[in-house]
Amino acid sequence: MLDIGLAHYLSVAAVLFTLGIFGIFLNRKNVIIILMSVELMLLAVNINLVAFSAELSDLVGQVFAMFVLTVAAAEAAVGLAILVIFFRNRGTIAVEDINVMSG
Amino acid sequence: MIEVLAFYMFACTAVASAVLVISARNPVHSVLFLILTFFNAAGLFVLLGAEFLAMILVVVYVGAVAVLFMFVVMMLDINFVELRQGFLQYLPIGALIGIILLVELLVLVGGWGMAPEAAKSAGAPTPDIGVTTNTHALGEIVYTQYIYLFQAAGMILLVAMIGAIVLTHRQRVGVKKQNIGNQLARSADDVEVRKVEVGKGI
Repeated sequence: MLDIGLAHYLSVAAVLFTLGIFGIFLNRKNVIIILMSVELMLLAVNINLVAFSAELSDLVGQVFAMFVLTVAAAEAAVGLAILVIFFRNRGTIAVEDINVMSG
Repeated sequence: MIEVLAFYMFACTAVASAVLVISARNPVHSVLFLILTFFNAAGLFVLLGAEFLAMILVVVYVGAVAVLFMFVVMMLDINFVELRQGFLQYLPIGALIGIILLVELLVLVGGWGMAPEAAKSAGAPTPDIGVTTNTHALGEIVYTQYIYLFQAAGMILLVAMIGAIVLTHRQRVGVKKQNIGNQLARSADDVEVRKVEVGKGI
């Protein structure tokens, strides 16, 4: 308990990841909160990578975490841009209304 | 001792604010709690000795991504009360799946051990912190060993930037704009000079 090791960090990351998934279930109608939940899950993955990097004293984990961060930022930018034009065209962002392409 | 206290403080605040991200009524509050989560995760990174990533997390996530979320939440005129309907409808199934996943992950973390030869297979061993700082060490491998991946990350950001601009840019009709090309292409012959009598106009 008083000795912080790898398992502690992995547990925090597991809880954050689960909260991300739970958030997607809870806010099924709100795309913005779903995107935030995805960000939470990516953060949990990053904590895992950095924890293993520190445990094994191998810097590659931190390099990979940096790339995950890059992709997460790009994903947020493009996702929010799509959201903005969808709202401009349809006037709503409710998930159940996003069915134009379903035929 | 102070490290243990700091870990529990950062971890508990991160988890608590993550709970509030997904359960807050107002999306603006969600974004603010997301920022708090990122700050605490940055604290965890500092405890792990990854100072550069901690600073990147604060600069990129808090400074750019969270502000982007804030802009979108405030820019779109959305009835969030309507979007929250059915919030409790999916709570049981979501909680069930979440608890199952969490138990699975924790069982995995609890019953797992490092192979003894794992420490020897490091791709880029961390240099002594007294000799080389974390940022310096990361730079030394990112700009040499991982230069192609680094350039690919830059390309991803470029594509994302162009994509976001192309998607959201629109030509508005009926807006008067300065057209510099037309102005410069105008010759002196196109301009007609007339004498205007006082009080008459043209």
